[in-house]
Amino acid sequence: MMTLNTLKKRLFFTLFIAVFSFGFASSEKETEGDKEFNPKEMILHHVKDAYGMHIIDINGHPISIPLPVILWTDEGLTTFMSSEFHHDYNGEVIVEKNGQRFVNFHEKVYVLNEGESEVKFDEDHHLINAERPIDISITRNVFMMWVSITVLLLLFISAARRYKKSEEYVPSGIASFVEPLIVFVRDEIARPMIGESKYKRYMPFLLTIFFFIWINNIFGLIPILNGANLSGNIAFTFTLAVLTFIITTVSGNKNYWKHIFWMPGVPVPMKIFLMPIEIIGMFVKPISLMIRLFANITAGHVIILALMSLIFVFKTVAIAPVSVAFSLFITVIEIIVTAIQAYIFTILSALYFGMATEEEHH
Amino acid sequence: MDLITPEFGLVFWTLITFLLLLFILRKFAWKPILGAVSEREEGIKEALASAEKARQEMENLNADNQRILQEARAEREAMLKDARDMKNKMIADAKEEAQTQASKMIEQAQAAIESEKKSAMNELKNHVAELSIEIAEKVVKQELAQDSKQLKLVEDMLSETTLN
Repeated sequence: MMTLNTLKKRLFFTLFIAVFSFGFASSEKETEGDKEFNPKEMILHHVKDAYGMHIIDINGHPISIPLPVILWTDEGLTTFMSSEFHHDYNGEVIVEKNGQRFVNFHEKVYVLNEGESEVKFDEDHHLINAERPIDISITRNVFMMWVSITVLLLLFISAARRYKKSEEYVPSGIASFVEPLIVFVRDEIARPMIGESKYKRYMPFLLTIFFFIWINNIFGLIPILNGANLSGNIAFTFTLAVLTFIITTVSGNKNYWKHIFWMPGVPVPMKIFLMPIEIIGMFVKPISLMIRLFANITAGHVIILALMSLIFVFKTVAIAPVSVAFSLFITVIEIIVTAIQAYIFTILSALYFGMATEEEHH
Repeated sequence: MDLITPEFGLVFWTLITFLLLLFILRKFAWKPILGAVSEREEGIKEALASAEKARQEMENLNADNQRILQEARAEREAMLKDARDMKNKMIADAKEEAQTQASKMIEQAQAAIESEKKSAMNELKNHVAELSIEIAEKVVKQELAQDSKQLKLVEDMLSETTLN
């Protein structure tokens, strides 16, 4: 498992560097002709969030499901559908609402400053006359997140109903499918990591986070959903890691804090030396959770997309079998990774909770 | 680099969605499922324990049965032995009884024979006496048929009975 992770991280890094150096090298060409295929732009566009659910391009006309854009500006709440941008994300189409002008620049909505009617860039291609409002739009990641929780709710609530129906609590139907997974989380993650006496309190969180990550990892792999890369988005992993951090900190007992601020069993100079390390460790743990999930899932997407890009980079169909074979191989690995990453996130969260609630032992 | 910068909007929605999911699933899925699973596990544990207990009891019962059977067999053996002893004793007793009875009877018979013999002897003696008296009578009668002889006798007798 670790070797797979390190291997994947290496691949991710090399590819990332390759993709970006290529991107920078070709950035000057971009102005010459838009028809030139740019794998960096394509991959980043797919990996990052977007305002609409882009499905397919037919004869150069993109077809997408419009999603609501919700903004909080100086003028108050402003909402409109993402279709009003007409698939533009270069800041060219200007939407006027509530007397303000909005543009979509690289899938980020900007509000133009007072009196401006067109976006202006500096030399580094940054917007100079627009600012970002508070943006709580239903982006494609939010949309897919809601699809995923609908599936989870249907799955588990209907499974729970099965138990009410049968008097002897014998699992049947969907319950016999989800029960081993739930028992796995309980017996292989919560019990050994937290301990018999305290694991019950953390079960709902661990189960929810395990299935939430897993299903979103899986949804990210489905091509027709256009790789809504929710679990490979830093905001998503950041939120979950923050929740793990909050629960760890709140449930930390005397013993836990003693281990952080005044490590027992070592000489005083060592205690002083260990204190800053332990305090940093408190934050590094959730940060590692955040980066691990984000990097692993994003790496998978980048690899698959990069392999597919080879066809367009080389402009020949002959390379297609190689691309397809490799990306099939990576996809199969990714299917395993979906479960492994959900498992790792959950087991490490459980481990941190276990460390926070561990009783003093002599 | 905005790939590694968390977007506020997504953080906001993820937080709300996750907490909502956690709340709903905890109430409507995890509690009933985990409750049912642990209840079933308890049930299985109990069933296993009671099965073990029943097995133990069965074993005890079997042992008891075995013991009772053993005892019964021993008792039968003892009873048979008693009966045999009694039979032997009865036979012995009977034999002894018979022996004494027989010897008694023989004794009695002997005694009877003895007395019969005695009485027969007496009778025979009486008979012989009578017979001899008769004979003597007859002889005397014949002897004393002549007067001379009678005289002679008297004389003899007188001579014998000389006044001593």
